[in-house]
Amino acid sequence: MHAAPFTDIWVYLAGTPLLGLTLTLVAYQGAYWVYARAGFRPLFNPVLLAVIFIVVVLALTGTGYRTYFDGAQFVHFLLGPAVVALAVPLAREWENVKRLAVPITGALGAGSLVALVSAVGMAWTLGASPTTLLSLAPKSVTAPIAMGIAEKIGGLPALAAVFAVTTGVIGAALGKYVLDALRISDWRVRGFALGVAAHGIGTARAFQVNPEAGAFAGLAFGLHGAFAALAFPVVYAVAWRYWSGFTP
Amino acid sequence: MLAGLTWLLVFQCLGEALVRVLGLPVPGPVAGMLLLFIGLRLRTAIPAGINTAATGLLQHLSVLFVPAGVGVMLHVDRIADEWAAIMTAIVVSTVLTIAATAVVMRALIGRQASAAADGGDAASSDQPTD
Repeated sequence: MHAAPFTDIWVYLAGTPLLGLTLTLVAYQGAYWVYARAGFRPLFNPVLLAVIFIVVVLALTGTGYRTYFDGAQFVHFLLGPAVVALAVPLAREWENVKRLAVPITGALGAGSLVALVSAVGMAWTLGASPTTLLSLAPKSVTAPIAMGIAEKIGGLPALAAVFAVTTGVIGAALGKYVLDALRISDWRVRGFALGVAAHGIGTARAFQVNPEAGAFAGLAFGLHGAFAALAFPVVYAVAWRYWSGFTP
Repeated sequence: MLAGLTWLLVFQCLGEALVRVLGLPVPGPVAGMLLLFIGLRLRTAIPAGINTAATGLLQHLSVLFVPAGVGVMLHVDRIADEWAAIMTAIVVSTVLTIAATAVVMRALIGRQASAAADGGDAASSDQPTD
């Protein structure tokens, strides 16, 4: 009865999906504006800026993630159709893909193996818990697929999504420097490497830099998702049998 | 645009159904992508509606990852305990993945190109030079 009007409005808005949805889109638009103003420098990644902004707003207003996600799920949901949509660049680039079948298969296999082994090996050496390790395994795969894989092998889907997004942001931010240091000038190779290592966020970055790099990044991102979804649970089952058979 | 988005959702549903019915170890959207890919390959051109919807969705791909990223809130304790291991693993592994993928792909493209060039030389040497 005597609540302040602002609190009333906030409580009302927080109870509807409108708040989380609007906050996500407004934060991203603002973050993208900053990114553009910074000359698209990779360190000003819009996903990173938007996530920081939203976490701060939610913390300051005491709003929980569940309340936020009631609205944000509409954006999150589109990750599914976006994965389906990858069939379009794949079909469009199919002639290129067939011609480069051997380099693409070799690079995908090498990249996927290095991503899995180096992440899990490094975190294990540094003493991360088993749940963290299993959630970290699919980190280079796009968030919705990483969540599915983590669930199958016994990690936490939500944690796997956070690791995947972090990986995407870091890959998109550091990719240019790594590829420049290796003197990789072929846009197809630069895009493909970003797509394998940093999935959709790396692909978004590649599309911003060069259309050919973007097409190859999209291709890599789709192929890596499909490949990892098939291979990781099998690799895990084999590794688990091996370790459980040889360690007490 | 709407027709295209409808098709994407229809293929996602087909993918989900296929995965459930056959008990495949693949996420539904991946199966949907493969089905749509087969569908597109059976046609001579990509339908304009699907092309528009797919391009639009993929252009704004980054924003779709924001809600999952905000999920970091749920795991603050775990991440606070293990942040050094997690961040080192992610940064080192991501840099190594980019480098390994790029180096292997460049080497294989180079090999393919030089094999094609050798084949070309061999073919041209078959021809009389004078």
